[in-house]
Order: sequence, then structure tokens, then C-alpha cells
Amino acid sequence: MFPIEKYHYASSVDDAIQALAADEKSKIIAGGTDVLVRLHEGDTEYGCLVDINGLNKLKEIRIDDDGNIYIGSLATCTEIMEHEIIRKHLPMLVESLATIGGPQVRNTATMGGNICNGAVSADSGCAALVHEFDLVIEGREGERMESINGFHTGPGRTILNHSDLLKYFLVRPEQYEGFSGSYIKYAMRGAMDIATIGCGAMLRMDGQYIDTLKLAFAVAAPTPIRCPNAEKAAEKQIPTDETLEAIADAVEEDVKPRTSWRATKEFRLHIIRTLAKRVTKQAVENQGGAC
Amino acid sequence: MQTINIKLTINNKKYEMDVDIRKSLMDLLREMGFTSVKQGCGVGECGACTVLVDDVSVDSCLYLAVWANNKAIRTAEGECKDGRLSPVQEAYVEEGAVQCGFCTPGLIMATTSFLEKNKGKKLSREEVKKGHAGNLCRCTGYQTIINAAITAGKK
Ligand code: FES
Ligand code: FES
Repeated sequence: MFPIEKYHYASSVDDAIQALAADEKSKIIAGGTDVLVRLHEGDTEYGCLVDINGLNKLKEIRIDDDGNIYIGSLATCTEIMEHEIIRKHLPMLVESLATIGGPQVRNTATMGGNICNGAVSADSGCAALVHEFDLVIEGREGERMESINGFHTGPGRTILNHSDLLKYFLVRPEQYEGFSGSYIKYAMRGAMDIATIGCGAMLRMDGQYIDTLKLAFAVAAPTPIRCPNAEKAAEKQIPTDETLEAIADAVEEDVKPRTSWRATKEFRLHIIRTLAKRVTKQAVENQGGAC
Repeated sequence: MQTINIKLTINNKKYEMDVDIRKSLMDLLREMGFTSVKQGCGVGECGACTVLVDDVSVDSCLYLAVWANNKAIRTAEGECKDGRLSPVQEAYVEEGAVQCGFCTPGLIMATTSFLEKNKGKKLSREEVKKGHAGNLCRCTGYQTIINAAITAGKK
């Protein structure tokens, strides 16, 4: 049995926020694939739960007339991956969610959880960063919007206040229209593994030139990150081997990999260079170009 | 002890009960006698505890029992109808995909949901592997399991 001391099943967003505010020890439980693992290990920090699974509105995925896409924070990885709107407009998000766990985990894990638990290795983090997701959050002072840029502040840390609840992600049409993307996860196993390095790119061509490259990494720094130097190196360049090499050189300025039991810093840097080139090339090809 | 009253169906039979909020669905099902649901790792790595919740496969060890409220649960016990094995169960027998059997009920449910989801599609071995990535087996080496899934898909 899980060592849960206190449990509140939230009946509305407001109710959830009040319950969070009422007890500083309380934590949100969504899909449970992280929280229940912690509890199974006896981690008493997770003993007071506010369960948001009854908030059906937060499961919604939809698009409005202007092309803004809304992804509810409680939508599971599988629900997002299989959704027509997402498959059509955000294929790179589909690719990255597909690398999470196995089917059973994806069937319960939520993207809201993947982003809010602040994991350095969040597979959906790269897609969120390159598509510049906005996060619509409800807190004690009402609703506010935050950008994914700057949302993660360190390993396991985000800008969220204790009684904040992420309601949905918002993706604007200018963040996906005309772009092609690619995500590659490097891990020791082909499935059910945590990324050693995750890398996602989104790219738009202008004739034979790269108009815009957006590049993001997971596990390459204390938070998922964007790579301004590498992106700049790609700008207005013809995608040749030299350009890819220049992107790989520039990306070294963007990342801060470290040594862990999974891989050494040097090996991570090697993968980072390789993946930066590979996802860029793949994204160019996905746009019908050649490298 | 905090309890919540839930109503659910398990293998098409209705139940109503008060459940301890600390229980996983796996704990609950095993206590009720559905011991096909195995506890392997307890942390969502092995799939031995796989059941279907509204026809979606989940690791019941990482699923609170109270979440089963108003849901339809399927376990391997219920796949066998009127003493006849389901096509998936039959295929596991035919292909010799069962050795010690500990992983089998979870895998049967994983295959069942995978095939229901991909009905009518021609499936490659690679797709079958991906669809079963959440289940570990220490005995078979997986080839017979993949064979079983493919055979069952043709039934
Ligand atoms: S016991 Fe549930 S996944 Fe291993
Ligand atoms: S048959 Fe023994 S674990 Fe799979």
C-alpha cells in the first residue's frame, strides 16, 4: 500500500487550488507514473495528495478558428499522440511522446506531469521548447500565462508556486505553420528508458536557405534548453555538411552536460554534436530539402 | 483510514465497495481473487500487472484503486469465456509463448489491447515489439511472444 496520509479528490480547479493552499505539504497527483513510484519507494514527501483526475476539462485537446492548439494538462501521452489535430500540426511532439516508457505508461502519464515535475530528461520538453508552448496556469491570484522558455529553473524545479495548477498548453499557429521537425532520443535501450540525451529540431526553409532553425536538448544542461548559438549558426545558410558542422560547433556553447552513471560529460558532448546535426538534417529532409 | 465508495465492473460483473485510498488497483484486484494480476516490480517497469481499464492497457501497480470508479476493468481471468480461451490466449499456447508463466497474464492483456487497437492492420514484428515494450519476460526470449501476437492477429 502507498504511504498516503492525506488525500483530496478535487472537484474543480478552484477546489484543487484551495486544497493545495491549505496544506504546504500537499502535492498534485495526475497520471501518477512518477508520484506513485516515489510513494512506492516510501518517499513521505508525497504523502499528501491533491488528486486532479476528476477535472475532465483538463483532458481536452482542441484547435480554435485561428489555429491556436490547446492541449489539456491531463491529456495522456497516448491521447495526445493519437489525436488528429496533433498528428497533423505537431508531428514532432508525437515523435517525442512516442519515446516515453512503454504503452502502459503512455496510457496514464500526462504531458502536464512530464513538464511540471521539472525532469531534466522530459521527452516532451524539447517539443514544448521549440514550439514555444505557453502554459496557462491557475493560481491563488487567478489565471496567468507563462512561456515554456524559463519555466524550468533547475533539476526538478520550475517557476510554479505551491498552489499553482497548470490547466493547459497553448500552441500558436506561428509556432508550427511552415515548420518541419524531428526528435531523436539517445538512450541505452530502445524503449522503457530515460534519455541519455534528447534532441529536437524545428526548421523552416526559404528556398534553398534555412530560414529558421529551433533546436532544443534534454539532459544537456540542468534543465531542458534551447540553443541560441546553434540556431544562429544555421540562420540563412544553405544546409551543407559545413553548415551542419558549424551548428555542431556552436551548440557546444549552448549546453552544459555533466557526468552521471548513465554517461560521461565527454560522451554526452559527442552525442550532442551528433544529434544536433542529425535532427537538423532530418528536419531539412522532412521539408523536402536535401543536406 | 480514508476510504472512498466506488462502483466498477470487473470482467463484466458489477461491484460496489469502499476502498482504502492507499491501495493500488493491483492490490485491490489480487485481494478480490484476480490473482492473474501479478506484482513484479511495482513501479511500472515490467508490465506483469497489466490490466485493461475501459479497454486501455495500464500498469495496475501504478494506478490508484479509487481511479477505477465507474470504469470497466478486464483481467486475464475474464478473457476466457465459457471455458474457452480467447484467440490471444490460444495463440500463446500454440506458439509456446508460456514458460514459467509469471509474465503471461500481463502480456495477454497487452497483446489483447494492442490487437484491438490495430484491428484489420497488417502488423510488422517491429510494431509488435513496440506494442509490447512495457512488458518484461525473463524466460522466453520474446520471439515466441511476438509470434503469438502475430498469430492471434490473424485469428
Ligand atoms: S508490477 Fe506493475 S509494472 Fe511491474
Ligand atoms: S514466461 Fe517466465 S517470465 Fe515470461
